[in-house]
Amino acid sequence: MKAFTKITSLIVPLDRANVDTDAIIPKQFLKSIRRAGFGPYLFDEWRYLDQGEPDMDCTNRPLNKDFVLNKPEYQGAEILLARENFGCGSSREHAPWALEDFGFRAIIAPSFADIFYNNCFKNGLLPIILAAELVDGLFNEISAGYKLTVDLETQKIVTPDGREMGFDIDGNRKYRLLNGLDDIALSLLYADKIKAYEAERAKRAPWLFVD
Amino acid sequence: MSGKTLYDKLWEDHVVYTEDDGSSLIYIDCHLIHEVTSPQAFEGLRLASRKPWRQSRNLAVADHNVPTTDRDKGIADPVSRLQVETLDKNCTEFGITEFGMADARQGIVHVVGPEQGVTLPGMTIVCGDSHTSTHGASGALAFGIGTSEVEHVLATQCLVQKKAKNLLIKVNGQVGKGVTAKDIVLAIIGKIGTAGGNGYTIEFAGEAIRALSMEGRMTICNMAIEAGARAGLVAVDDVTIDYYRNRPYSPKGNDWFMAERLWQQLYSDADAVFDKVMQLDAALIKPQVTWGTSPELVVAVDETVPDPALEPDAVKRQGMMRALEYMGLQAGQAITDITLDKVFIGSCTNSRIEDLRAAAVVVEGKKVAANIKQALVVPGSGLVKRQAEDEGLDKLFVDAGFEWREPGCSMCLAMNADRLEEGERCASTSNRNFEGRQGYGGRTHLVSPAMAAAAAIAGHFVDVSSLEGAAV
Repeated sequence: MKAFTKITSLIVPLDRANVDTDAIIPKQFLKSIRRAGFGPYLFDEWRYLDQGEPDMDCTNRPLNKDFVLNKPEYQGAEILLARENFGCGSSREHAPWALEDFGFRAIIAPSFADIFYNNCFKNGLLPIILAAELVDGLFNEISAGYKLTVDLETQKIVTPDGREMGFDIDGNRKYRLLNGLDDIALSLLYADKIKAYEAERAKRAPWLFVD
Repeated sequence: MSGKTLYDKLWEDHVVYTEDDGSSLIYIDCHLIHEVTSPQAFEGLRLASRKPWRQSRNLAVADHNVPTTDRDKGIADPVSRLQVETLDKNCTEFGITEFGMADARQGIVHVVGPEQGVTLPGMTIVCGDSHTSTHGASGALAFGIGTSEVEHVLATQCLVQKKAKNLLIKVNGQVGKGVTAKDIVLAIIGKIGTAGGNGYTIEFAGEAIRALSMEGRMTICNMAIEAGARAGLVAVDDVTIDYYRNRPYSPKGNDWFMAERLWQQLYSDADAVFDKVMQLDAALIKPQVTWGTSPELVVAVDETVPDPALEPDAVKRQGMMRALEYMGLQAGQAITDITLDKVFIGSCTNSRIEDLRAAAVVVEGKKVAANIKQALVVPGSGLVKRQAEDEGLDKLFVDAGFEWREPGCSMCLAMNADRLEEGERCASTSNRNFEGRQGYGGRTHLVSPAMAAAAAIAGHFVDVSSLEGAAV
């Protein structure tokens, strides 16, 4: 997994609450058996004026010029600013895959749906929960060329005029993300504890251990 | 010391190890697998030369991409076919049991699990699908995970988790005629919103929940995720125990008696403390219909489409206006004046035998309205289908003008050929009314099976509780 330390980047304001994972990456693209290549189809139904299909070449598709991701001033942005309950709906990890593949490294919102939030950390994508007033402030403040710095180590967001906003993050998740660590390898360090748990549980619930 | 909630008990029973910061390694008793969220996980195992920790704790079934007609001809769409074939190959390579497309037990993973007794009370159950919350109906801790976690469970039989908070939703009293589990859960979501359960595990309790069958409880827990909660729970009682007796994978002999004793402890202690408690009066719940593009945008069938101008919150108001535009509706329009193009009865929310019976009662001896282009009934599994046919329900549907299909997820998310065309309006028993969910530009209204059936006959929404003799 890609590590996340500190970035300074343009920020795209996506001013909608309850953005669901069906909107982030529509179902037809979930038929892929690969993990990469979802970026061109991110927000497909909002970004393009035609209907997207898997493996479609997106270079000549008609763009919805009103959709914020298509605006010239936000090209190259690595930070997404969103509203309440971002990533609700399906558990599809294709949503963070598409955001990451598109080029996003961090998402700022007042709240995230639980499964989506969790999935971000498996993909080097940092979801930042910020108070609704602060998010509101950012929505009002963003203008052409506006860049934010996100520093995971110090857990701070810094505005262009030097104002700092702190954010909370679970220690374990922060450590894994800062170091780009593989969760499975870490969990397998506890193999003996897992086996001990199984031996003890088998006495209480033997029907779960008739292999 | 105060007592424990059901969630506390299930959590504590599965902790392998807890870190200083509170994140825990949780043991997973059952892992369900389907074709959409697993290929990249199996690929990850292969790349790291890892094997499943315990093959026997996994069950796979293809459901999202499978066709609901002409099963013997296979899958026409090559991309869908490759995904299902990849599941077959991965299960063979990694030694995992799969109910293939030709197996009578094939169906929607969340219908198959309980039906087979693969998912049982007291278990931790996960699947790369958000509607895994369904299995909480049996007093199990069940939740959806992403593909990285699918790989993690395969490799370690564990997950790294932090404990959620406890939310108790009590539905007091009894529901009126024509009001079902679907209406109860939609009313709850309408009240707390789609983010209301974020960070919580919801336990559903109260007289109206206790009165539900296992099927009804599954409908409720299925949609806990639509209220933002990864997991929903219902305490074990005789209804639960009776349901699991003699299921193919249920414990047998002495194990059964031991399991029964253990399962009878799966309830929240009387002095348990919840972080939040919410109460609802069941008698006030009417049949529900969603009007927008989020399950929280829901009203009773005898109401009108809400007016965004009356919403004080700017972000919400914008959301409502966008929803009205997408749905092609006007504020103030009566719900019963909304005419429909298609009707879908199915999905992991409402495709079990009880759901089909409730719909069949309404359509018996009647005909689908002329303006309905298509009315589908998609049973949740091959065994539900067979049982419905044994009871003659298929004939009632077909005689009324419905299509009787093969089991799968079908038009709930339109990954197979069953979908809405742009602008088409559908009464659907599924769980999500998001933009494009049932097909590009499609308009979804979430309702109960009886409400969907009644809408198919009338061509527009009708209050099923007002129908003569609707024994639902």
